Amino acid sequence: MHEIVEVPLGPVAPSPTDADDPGAGFWEATRNRRLVVQTCEACGHRQHYPRPLCLACGGTSLWFAAAAGTATVVSHTTVARAPFEGLEPPYVIAIVELAEGVRMLARIVDADGVECDGPVAVAWAPLPDGRHLPVFRPA
Amino acid sequence: MSRREVAVVGVAESDLGVTGKSRLALTSQAVMRACDDAGVAVRDLDGVFTNNVSRFSTTLLSEYLGIDPRLTDSTFVGGSAVEAYAARATEAIAAGVIDTAVIAYGSDQRSAKSRTLGGPVEDWTPAAQYETHHGPMYPASMYAMAAQRHFHDHGTTEEDLAAIAVAAREWALLNPAAYRHDAGPLTVEDVLASPPVSTPLKVADCCLVTDGGGAVVLTSLERARDLTNTPVVVLGHGEATTHDTMAQMPDLTSTGAVVSGSRAYAMAGITPDDVDVAQLYDSFTITVALTLEALGFCDPGGFAELVADGGIAPGGRLPINTSGGGLAYCHPGQFGILLLVEAVRQLRGECGERQVADPEVAVAHGTGGILSHHATVVLGRDR
Repeated sequence: MHEIVEVPLGPVAPSPTDADDPGAGFWEATRNRRLVVQTCEACGHRQHYPRPLCLACGGTSLWFAAAAGTATVVSHTTVARAPFEGLEPPYVIAIVELAEGVRMLARIVDADGVECDGPVAVAWAPLPDGRHLPVFRPA
Repeated sequence: MSRREVAVVGVAESDLGVTGKSRLALTSQAVMRACDDAGVAVRDLDGVFTNNVSRFSTTLLSEYLGIDPRLTDSTFVGGSAVEAYAARATEAIAAGVIDTAVIAYGSDQRSAKSRTLGGPVEDWTPAAQYETHHGPMYPASMYAMAAQRHFHDHGTTEEDLAAIAVAAREWALLNPAAYRHDAGPLTVEDVLASPPVSTPLKVADCCLVTDGGGAVVLTSLERARDLTNTPVVVLGHGEATTHDTMAQMPDLTSTGAVVSGSRAYAMAGITPDDVDVAQLYDSFTITVALTLEALGFCDPGGFAELVADGGIAPGGRLPINTSGGGLAYCHPGQFGILLLVEAVRQLRGECGERQVADPEVAVAHGTGGILSHHATVVLGRDR
């Protein structure tokens, strides 16, 4: 769950500089290779990416709960042409659904045998600024 | 004022293909041609709907052509914007806010080489913060993942999608204005042999990248009946927005067209069985597959049977994308304008070799972004 993998990436948006940015806590956790999911204090709803309010009840008291780091593949595609400089196609990306029920787009590494509904687990691609990006590998 | 009925009275394409013309030149050319088709003076327009001319598209186009609009709209939701404009223009005319609207679009994307494989990146957006770095092609990878999920859920195949590209080419061979008019037939084997883009989609599953544009003029049905062309009545419209980023698409194989279509059908008082000809956004073959299902032309998961054996090709069970569509006729970035133009021409019986026999009801359905925005328009020939 804390494994580091080197992955050629596309353009990475800068880290949020505003402490009030809803995503600040998510990115801060990635510095320690911890995957977290924004959770509503009032109703317990979980959501990703982080928002300024709970999409279920509208509450604004939100915290970050640790995620198990396991997921299933909703769908996947092998990208054959580089959309940005620095990428090295072919590579696989997928929409994955975390055990906690939220979805994210992510790179799949060592992707042989990846399939819809197949299990994957998180690994971490380091960024120059100390953050890490969650990527996944078939479990 | 009681609610007025609304009709399309003029349509036109701009120059298409590789034009060397600017977006302003193509958009204004389309407006002038559509007004000419309608028998309406450009200066008599009082609603302007357009979004790609420049940063301030409606002020520029209005000044350039001498229009003094009472209502303007540059809603930007991708290729379905024009179907949304048709809905807004219809409501504004129906309510008496405006009398005569033009909807226009022009793009120089082929000549300007402005299209990129990754799409624009805006650092502050969730797409840039949570998705772009992983390297999706934008928009292709979203459509690819929808296709992959459809294969998984329904046992459909690359061959099933290829049949959609093959049918589009057959229609294009009947349309002298189509980019692929002289390209000869396309086979399923040709599609399967084309290079991969974002699997399972291949080059031949993807739309053209061309310049082009068009315009549509709408007015009250009462006024339309005093003009030259057979009025084409706006019977219904519906719209839906489901997501912005890839991971937030609620259901990869059931699009917002389910909602936009049912809203449009309800307003028009029709069912899918009443539709004689349909123009369905075809950015990719999978876009057509999902839209056929969402609009009720077949069961969920059932597009393969409908498109098999020439089902959507000339002479097939359901004529769709009779121009050749974005896959084989023209795709100027936002294809929605040309869906409306072709739907109107089919209802007016002006389509020559590709004319469908005596259609009374047509649907134009726009799909914007990464399956994000959907807008359906139901049109009918004035009786």
